[in-house]
Amino acid sequence: MNHLPLIIKREYLTKVKNKSFIIMTFLSPLIMIALIAVVAYLSQLNNDKLRTISILDETGFLDGVFKNTDNTTYSDLSNMGLNLKDAITLVKKKEDYGLLHIAKVNELEAVSKNIKFYSEDSPSLTIISSLERKIEKRLREMKLQNDGVTLEQIEASKTYVNIAQESFEGEKTSKIDNVIKLAFGGIAGYLLFMFIIIYGNMIMRSVIEEKTSRIIEVIISSVKPVQLMLGKIVGTSLAGVTQFAIWVILGGVLMVVVSAIFGIDLSQASTPQQELMNQAMQAEGAQAMVENVITAIGNLPMLNLVFAFIFFFIGGYLLYSSLYAAIGAAVDNETDTQQFMLPILMPLILAVYVGVFTVIEDPHGTVSTVFSFIPFTSPVVMLMRIPFGVPLWQQGISLLLLIGTFLFAVWFAAKIYRVGILMYGKKPTYKEIFKWLKY
Amino acid sequence: MNNLLVADSVSKNFGNFKALNEVSIAVPKGSIFGLLGPNGAGKTTLIRIINQITMPDSGTVNLDGQILKPEHVKDIGYLPEERGLYKSMKVGEQALYLAQLKGMSKSEAKKRLKYWFDKLEIGDWWNKKIQELSKGQAQKIQFVVTVLHRPKLLIFDEPFSGFDPINANLIKDEILQLRDEGATVIFSTHRMESVEELCDHIALIHKSNKILDGKLNDIKRQYKTNTFEVGLQSNNSDMVVNQIKERFKVLPATFRNLNDDIKLNVKIDENTSSNDLLTFLASKAEVHHFVEVIPTANDIFIQTVKNN
Repeated sequence: MNHLPLIIKREYLTKVKNKSFIIMTFLSPLIMIALIAVVAYLSQLNNDKLRTISILDETGFLDGVFKNTDNTTYSDLSNMGLNLKDAITLVKKKEDYGLLHIAKVNELEAVSKNIKFYSEDSPSLTIISSLERKIEKRLREMKLQNDGVTLEQIEASKTYVNIAQESFEGEKTSKIDNVIKLAFGGIAGYLLFMFIIIYGNMIMRSVIEEKTSRIIEVIISSVKPVQLMLGKIVGTSLAGVTQFAIWVILGGVLMVVVSAIFGIDLSQASTPQQELMNQAMQAEGAQAMVENVITAIGNLPMLNLVFAFIFFFIGGYLLYSSLYAAIGAAVDNETDTQQFMLPILMPLILAVYVGVFTVIEDPHGTVSTVFSFIPFTSPVVMLMRIPFGVPLWQQGISLLLLIGTFLFAVWFAAKIYRVGILMYGKKPTYKEIFKWLKY
Repeated sequence: MNNLLVADSVSKNFGNFKALNEVSIAVPKGSIFGLLGPNGAGKTTLIRIINQITMPDSGTVNLDGQILKPEHVKDIGYLPEERGLYKSMKVGEQALYLAQLKGMSKSEAKKRLKYWFDKLEIGDWWNKKIQELSKGQAQKIQFVVTVLHRPKLLIFDEPFSGFDPINANLIKDEILQLRDEGATVIFSTHRMESVEELCDHIALIHKSNKILDGKLNDIKRQYKTNTFEVGLQSNNSDMVVNQIKERFKVLPATFRNLNDDIKLNVKIDENTSSNDLLTFLASKAEVHHFVEVIPTANDIFIQTVKNN
């Protein structure tokens, strides 16, 4: 008799109707959004703060370099005939953010070595680097002008280079392409990693629950243990997919609502690092950047990506979850699971490390390639590699290996499951579990 | 074919441990069959093999003349010793789920459940969760779930544990009624008084081997020792006792009696009939109590296990 649909239905409904599951499903996105909103709000608060920076330029070279912006006002003390000491006292009294002092020198060459910033607290990285860039630009221009180059010539000499990349087969890529590919691969790999950990654990707990409530023997006098195990895995996974879907939808809606209500642009929750990056990008030309991103996304092997994601995700998830089920069957309570968890988590974490450190460096190098074939790491590593273009035969072999290992894992897990679910009392050793395989 | 279940030289090893060694049993149709044995003898393993939870290494099991196959699951109702229900699931939902796993349709299961819930007066539990019920109440549900699909063969492993005497009696009556309606029952327990009360046949398993089986009465006959409990009243007790001791083998007796008389266990040899003994006793003193000692299931159990 095939009871699989019945078991799947029960497992799914029990999970979905569970109070803590429901609470987690609806609370998690709320908490996440609230967190992001708070961070965004705080950094915006920080950005909105008006700063006044006083300038004491004894050389006169930097006249007109510093222009007021929305949140930074420059107050030029140069013409007030103050010395440094008086200027610092004045700035202190005015409670300005700080004082930029350019000491008196005769040679243009020496100016750059005699600039100092005085402030109450150590100044923010962003502000210092922004000041530096402004000064550098002016000094470079002046030096060039001294050599007889006109401002127009300098302006005209500005060039931006973005090396277009093209494979021998004529496939076009670029630097931004790689960033986009990494983002796609990284998200896919990380999603799988999280999914395995969260819902693998859920499967394990549900197997343990059947053991501790002693219902297991009643159930398996009606159904085959393998059926029960598969039903559990599928049912729990469907509950997981439901939860994930709700998270994504609810998260998206909340994101829009929150940013509409509070007028906070969540996407610009900016950190100093991001600001630096933004400035760097501006230097390259924001317009070109956006275009590149769009073409980069367009360049991705989307169809391949979607199918690979589906197959490797399912394959990898089922492989690991059958092992989680076996662990659940082998032990009596959750505290005993620790010693068996490590061998499962190790390859998973290894996969993420390989993905993050090696695939970025060299997506088609030996290490990345090998790990994208080993079944326990292949789902994560292969998903990260695929945006960089992996030949279909490689994906195929890797997938076949994964499916083969999955079938073996189910057989192995079913053996342990069949014996383990009827074992009560003591925590088994690896040796005993090995013996169960022969029962 | 008068046997519902026949196990033929069933063996099972767990690694180096022999759990069952060539055990054969035959359970007659419509009987209550006591499967007895000390802890760890292999009873549960045999029961699990009958339920196809474990596969035997060698030997066969036949149910109603057919080699056991997966479809037979719906013909067997099993109440394991290690039993329980999903704690956070509602009674009704859970019973329906378990019934469907046994191959019943949902509507049929609902109808049968209503019948049983009414019969045991537990209808208002339908929407309660198992964790809200007491242990005895949960056991009742478990019993209903076991018998719901009207299996030909019922297997009860310690069915009365967790029940108070009133409910134990109720369940006992239900088991007897099911037997009368045609079900065959395998009954495993350590409580010998319920074996005495219920079982027609027994099999005793000890250290993986079957060491005894047959009709309970036949076995008792086999184990009887021709001993009689005797209660006498006389003015000259010492003399009477001595006279009896001269002719028969006498053992101290511990039965309960209202009067403060001579209490003896008297063993007679094969050439003496009980009437001879009674006549002899009557001539010496007034006989208040005269009963043949029938070995209890408990005695047989202890004696057989100890001798092996």
